[in-house]
Amino acid sequence: MAKKLPADNNDRLQKIAHDLRITVIKSLEKAKSGHTAGSLGTAEIFTVLYFSELKIDPKKPEKTSRDRFFLSNGHICPILYAALSERGFFDPSEMNRFRQINSLLQGHPDRKTPGVETAGGSLGQGISVAVGTALGLKMSKSDNRTYVMTSDGELNEGQTWEAAMLAAKYKLDNLTWIIDRNLIQIGGFTKQVMPLENLRDKIESFNWYVLEIDGHSIDEIKSSFSMAKRISKRPTAIIAHTVPGKGVSFMEDDPSWHGKPPSPKEAEKAIEEIKKLKKKINED
Amino acid sequence: MSKSTKRELRSTRDAFGETLLDLAKENSKIVVISADLAESTRILPFAKKYPERFIEVGVAEQNMASVAAGLSFTGKIPVMASFGVFSPGRNWDQIRVSICYNDANVKMFATHTGLSADRDGATHQSLEDIAIMRALPNVKILSPCDFWEAKRAVKAAFEIEGPVYVRLSRAKTEVITTPQHSFKIGKMRIMEKGEKIALVGTGTIVSDGLNAAQEINKKHPNTVRVINCPTIKPFNIKDLLKSLGGIRKIITIEEHQIDAGFGSLICEMLSEEREKYLISRVGMNNEFGESGSFEELKKKYRMDKEGIKKIILDKIKNE
Ligand SMILES: Cc1ncc(C[n+]2csc(CCOP(=O)(O)OP(=O)(O)O)c2C)c(N)n1
Ligand SMILES: [Mg+2]
Repeated sequence: MAKKLPADNNDRLQKIAHDLRITVIKSLEKAKSGHTAGSLGTAEIFTVLYFSELKIDPKKPEKTSRDRFFLSNGHICPILYAALSERGFFDPSEMNRFRQINSLLQGHPDRKTPGVETAGGSLGQGISVAVGTALGLKMSKSDNRTYVMTSDGELNEGQTWEAAMLAAKYKLDNLTWIIDRNLIQIGGFTKQVMPLENLRDKIESFNWYVLEIDGHSIDEIKSSFSMAKRISKRPTAIIAHTVPGKGVSFMEDDPSWHGKPPSPKEAEKAIEEIKKLKKKINED
Repeated sequence: MSKSTKRELRSTRDAFGETLLDLAKENSKIVVISADLAESTRILPFAKKYPERFIEVGVAEQNMASVAAGLSFTGKIPVMASFGVFSPGRNWDQIRVSICYNDANVKMFATHTGLSADRDGATHQSLEDIAIMRALPNVKILSPCDFWEAKRAVKAAFEIEGPVYVRLSRAKTEVITTPQHSFKIGKMRIMEKGEKIALVGTGTIVSDGLNAAQEINKKHPNTVRVINCPTIKPFNIKDLLKSLGGIRKIITIEEHQIDAGFGSLICEMLSEEREKYLISRVGMNNEFGESGSFEELKKKYRMDKEGIKKIILDKIKNE
């Protein structure tokens, strides 16, 4: 059942984030494959996007006047699917068919899924696609905004910087770029595979407005989005510091969870931990 | 057209530039993206006339392809243009995922294909673009034989929804069709009648094939048929069989590597038929090109009239 958009209350949003985590764990366990760390680490960002920020209509996913969110690091699509399903873009039972034959939910995003704006999985492309859409919306004088998430490992791709240059050149202040700065990628920690620091300086030097936030703070995510809307003549990048595997003690900050699913036992433990976190919100 | 008349020389890239301007007048959804080759690809007149619909991404073909996809999602009809070696050569994965997998309504134009980058040498000669593009689902591939056909192909690209790749040449080549010729995606055309051997070609090399065939037909009347295939994908095998009209001896001609290119495509398609065909492929034979004039290169790599004639005559001799 499609859930109604809840009141814009931070505790409620935090609870939804934990619900999305549980959905992610279940579907990854069922699929016996997929990417756990990034999916869990971005649950708050996806919650704010889909339950507070984006002007979208689950009943009319292709409505012309809508905000667009592009997921560039397509491997973390379980969290995108969880948000879309919770928001009513498709039946939640589809989550059990993630990565299965004939499924609506592909291993990496496909536009056939309602609410999915672009295919993603070949890293580095999503930011360019978003820049193209932001350009198109500006040309059409649309008020709608464009959002894109990239990961941090993905910034190794040169295309990212091609797109960053272009967005600044055309002063795309209708574009918000969220970076999942979780410090891991496939081969280990980003600082070992390919150091990115000073990331903020790099992006600022490309003439972007840059914010750094705690990617698990509903409040900071929300206020960074509204700040981005107030910046004119420059695109905004939000470096969201996140903990990969967030919410599950034995997954947090461990690069080995980049691309593996939990076993049934691990899933059970993980869900238990997340439920505890959720319960704590009620008690506070 | 009388066979002795000297034909006019015009480039298919010029046809693209002119047609784009015409179409842009009526269709305000058309936007054009450049990767620092606006003059050479002939999109510069558009840029000057419609600066608000022109996006210069700089030397960044990968970005260009994905940006084009993003633009198409807002209802624009993005045009992207570069040399074939850079687009699709440099940005094939972006074309594959951002454009083709997304089924984005992007029109891709490659100029300087085949040997037409001539003196720039092998790095700039696009002899593999058909191979990499024809492997992709969702895209349509057009390869016009001359100026007028290029005009019609460019127009046709905008009349359908979805990704289209149009292969164009920098070289001024013989005009062998007229503005009155009809054009339909998937349709072939018999350019010269003949009953024994069929030259099946795509792109501007068809004019060389036509000249070769006409010279031979003067001596051996009614021998060589010339079939022009401006649509590489979707390939219309029914129309090819109809155009062949029972001819089993075939020579394919293309300004492209013979492996995985147009000739290979014809071999693949005909191998699935019940009849047996004898096919020779004219094109680049598994090597890189080099610097030289367009004519010198075509001669050296046997893609000119004489080269094609020799293959035809060998085939006649081996009857
Ligand atoms: C162009 C491309 N090259 C390689 C890959 C394989 N790949 C998938 S995820 C990944 C690591 C990316 O790092 P990041 O997104 O930061 O990982 P996460 O934080 O989600 O664990 C790689 C190299 C890919 N998907 N696309
Ligand atoms: Mg990472």
